[in-house]
Amino acid sequence: MRTKQSAALERKKFFGDPVMVVTIGLLLVLLALFILYPLAMLLVDSVHVSQNQMLTLESVLSGQAEAPYEQEGKAVSVLDKKNNPLTVSLDELDGAYGYLFAKNGRVLAEGDEIDPANTYVKVKQEYWTADAFPRIFADYTFNTAFFNTLRLGFITSFGAVVVGLLFAYVDCYVNVRSRIVKKMFDVVSTLPVVSPPFVLSLSMILLFGRGGLITRKLLGIYDSDVYGMWGIAIVQVLTFFPVCYMMLKGLLKNIDPSMEEAARNMGASRWKVFTTVTLPLMLPGLGNAFLVTFIESVADFANPMMIGGSYDTLATTIYLRITGGSYDTTGAAAMAVVLLCITLVLFLIQKYYLEAKTAATLTGKASRARALIEDRSVRIPLTTICSVISAFVILMYIAIPFGALFKLWGRDYSLSLKWFQQLFRDDGFKAFTDSFVLSLIAAPITALLSMIISYLVVKKKFRGKGFIEFVSMLAMAVPGTVLGVGFIRGFAGGVFRTGFLQGIYGTGIILVIVFVVRSLPVGTRSGISALRQIDKSIEESAYDLGAGSAKVFTSVTLPLIKDSFLSGLVTTFVRSITAISAIILLVTPRYLLITCRINEFAEKGAYGVACAYATILIAIVYAAIVLMNLVIKYFGTSKKMRVKESD
Amino acid sequence: MAGKEKKGVKLDHISKIYNDPKTGKQFYAVNDVSLEIQPGSFVTLLGPSGCGKTTTLRMIAGFESPDEGEIYLGDQAINALTPNKRDTAMVFQSYALFPHYNVYDNVAYGLKLRKVPKAEMDERIAKILELVELTGMESRMTNQLSGGQQQRVALARAMVVEPSVLLFDEPLSNLDAKLRVSMRTEIRRIQQTLGITAVYVTHDQAEAMAISDQIIIMNKGVIAQMGTPEEIYHHPNSEFVADFIGEVNFLTGEVVKVKTKSCVIRIAGHDVKVENPDGFEVGQTCKVVLRPEAGILADEGALPCKVVLSCFMGAYQNYHVMVGDTLVKLADYCPVGRKVYQVGDTAYLSFREGCVHML
Repeated sequence: MRTKQSAALERKKFFGDPVMVVTIGLLLVLLALFILYPLAMLLVDSVHVSQNQMLTLESVLSGQAEAPYEQEGKAVSVLDKKNNPLTVSLDELDGAYGYLFAKNGRVLAEGDEIDPANTYVKVKQEYWTADAFPRIFADYTFNTAFFNTLRLGFITSFGAVVVGLLFAYVDCYVNVRSRIVKKMFDVVSTLPVVSPPFVLSLSMILLFGRGGLITRKLLGIYDSDVYGMWGIAIVQVLTFFPVCYMMLKGLLKNIDPSMEEAARNMGASRWKVFTTVTLPLMLPGLGNAFLVTFIESVADFANPMMIGGSYDTLATTIYLRITGGSYDTTGAAAMAVVLLCITLVLFLIQKYYLEAKTAATLTGKASRARALIEDRSVRIPLTTICSVISAFVILMYIAIPFGALFKLWGRDYSLSLKWFQQLFRDDGFKAFTDSFVLSLIAAPITALLSMIISYLVVKKKFRGKGFIEFVSMLAMAVPGTVLGVGFIRGFAGGVFRTGFLQGIYGTGIILVIVFVVRSLPVGTRSGISALRQIDKSIEESAYDLGAGSAKVFTSVTLPLIKDSFLSGLVTTFVRSITAISAIILLVTPRYLLITCRINEFAEKGAYGVACAYATILIAIVYAAIVLMNLVIKYFGTSKKMRVKESD
Repeated sequence: MAGKEKKGVKLDHISKIYNDPKTGKQFYAVNDVSLEIQPGSFVTLLGPSGCGKTTTLRMIAGFESPDEGEIYLGDQAINALTPNKRDTAMVFQSYALFPHYNVYDNVAYGLKLRKVPKAEMDERIAKILELVELTGMESRMTNQLSGGQQQRVALARAMVVEPSVLLFDEPLSNLDAKLRVSMRTEIRRIQQTLGITAVYVTHDQAEAMAISDQIIIMNKGVIAQMGTPEEIYHHPNSEFVADFIGEVNFLTGEVVKVKTKSCVIRIAGHDVKVENPDGFEVGQTCKVVLRPEAGILADEGALPCKVVLSCFMGAYQNYHVMVGDTLVKLADYCPVGRKVYQVGDTAYLSFREGCVHML
């Protein structure tokens, strides 16, 4: 066929819209700089060694060791007496005793005897190598952590999927008579949004730890040990199963009941129907839920940190390496790369393989409502199990405020406000202001950015669109710890260690940026799904009537996805104020953050104060969500309008 | 509207190439379409789905870019202009009203973008709402309107900006049958009042005939025929066009005699006289295009046939008859007082004078 004139015309039209061009350009730069670049630096650091090394004069002279600064012929960087670096070519080495070192590190003075085998030259070495990977896998700590992480991931995801499936099945198939039980399910399914990451660990320790209310007070067990793999696994299952529950519920609702009725009609028992019809249909969905949980579990930092005891995972090991001031920077970078690879591979499988498959097997809408199971032999056991789990989760949340109100957990169960007093006598107030203000700044930025990204991705055609979508979703697959390390590597010395943007390192700006990056995928995903439901021609008609892209976005698109924008606002705020994994690596003493304080106090065993912090944090988060629902109710897109769109 | 020069639309060898998502191969969605729409006229693009009519309309609006050719609005080449810079306004199939605005704000949207002063804007909106008979509904939200009212808001919103060309993308397909008929009359009336150039896309041939000055029939990306509704109906240039517009029977025959104004055709062994459009020669096979209402059944005539279905439809008696091996559908309007044939009867078919066409 002849040349495609349309491509040229489209380009011309595209560049005729400067606002959009600038926006896209800016987005590309921001995404590259704050998501791709830190990860790339991490990758580079894991295979690139740059360090000072002491080489024997002998090896340099005999040419065994490479000396740097090739352009000046063979030369080495050496130090003079005042420790100033000096570059001298090897020809001059003979008479330059002043910057040669003896074996014990003493700088040789004039007149000292030179023994080439025992005289050292300081050389700056730069080379590429993948040595770090076999080295860290040979490292016992890392090796253990690696398998610990995978084992934990399997146990947690398996547990979470099973519990999630149970809840989803009961919700969709079983007639739960009690309204209180139903309400309880709702509460349990919304808790992970409200909850700061380590709250369950904290209450696990309070309830089942050595001084635990249940273990010690009720059961009289004095040597209970919640720390370790099972502790983390239980906490993670309870934290992540609601996500599985919501995912699987959506799938079960889409299974046409007549398929199961057909199987029943042909003589299959309920159990047979479940194993031969329902379960096979759910399989890709279960895989999807499994992988999502696996990623979350592997990336989880707060729970293993708090309740892991000596059971180290990759996330905690990397954190300890970085904060412990290890000299093996290449090794630490390599560990982060390994962790990133695990989550990234799972993410790619989940996104590009399983998601498509799930959509393919379950496309139909249920033709009519399902006849719920009334059978007592099914109803009672299933409902009971779910109720017990729900009650347990709720109990764990209740333990937190009481942890803050009891005088001394484990000993003195009388009520007092002393932990709250201590909190505010300390710099508690500053911690709350800092966390609050930084999260409050991050929220509108993220919400707006994610709406703009969704608009561009769903409604516009341009080159680089795939890149923008992929990178903004990528952050979902990057564990916070990895992102934190990436930011350290990427920005500690400025971009590409040139000093550019070095100013943001250690300031609140970088914390806000991390908050934004961490919440962007969630906001973008909700924005994209909201926009996909809006008829394309509504925007086209605005465009046709004379509005440019920016005007269409502000006057039509944004008002129509106001709900999504508002929930993005609150989600970002909540995620930011409860974030810890990336932040804990980047925070400087100038800023006190609630989550880091909780971690600190819990580490020290000061559970009272930790609980006091956590209680206020939960209250703030809860208030933010209530506020959002109110705002959406009164100022959001009206219900009537939404009904109209779905016609 | 007053004071504004009307503009026509010209498509000069326009083509649009798409990739088939399944095979990955390229194909012409619109292939070398040239047409000229006179200022102030109402032109309909008509065709089955996938014929390229909507793509053509969207290229005029600027949502798609042509791969070949140039589009002119008046004298101006507009290929490189984005939709918001083109003086066109479109009425969408789904109406595409802004659900977060009321009627007034919907209609005012385009005027605000053009920075029309408030007083003038109010005046123009009042005028246009009167024209579409929505006066008094200014503060209603769009979801409080019926389908027909929404359609009129969409119409008002497009017209109030006084575009050079109004574009309609199957605007009536979401309405019920009765409303569709009254709305098309309405659209025609308003277009005539304003004298605005209009391009209308539909797949409903009755709608096209009722509303248009000119119909352009499209098939597989190319123009099959252009003409007034009468030309298209009575003188289709191909079987496709004849079949697409209205009910039709094709009778295959052989030309046996040619005279100056008529010729004789042998159909199923019998000779029939047909007025001859020029160009046919003796010995040529041809197809007689017979509309159901153009055939007459009688006790005597040229073509003997057997009645296989006879059915009273109210306005007409519906017959299916076999002429040789060919099934012919006939409609005998106002059958009162005439003989009604029953299934199994033998009758004779003749053609109403001047009403048949040969291909």
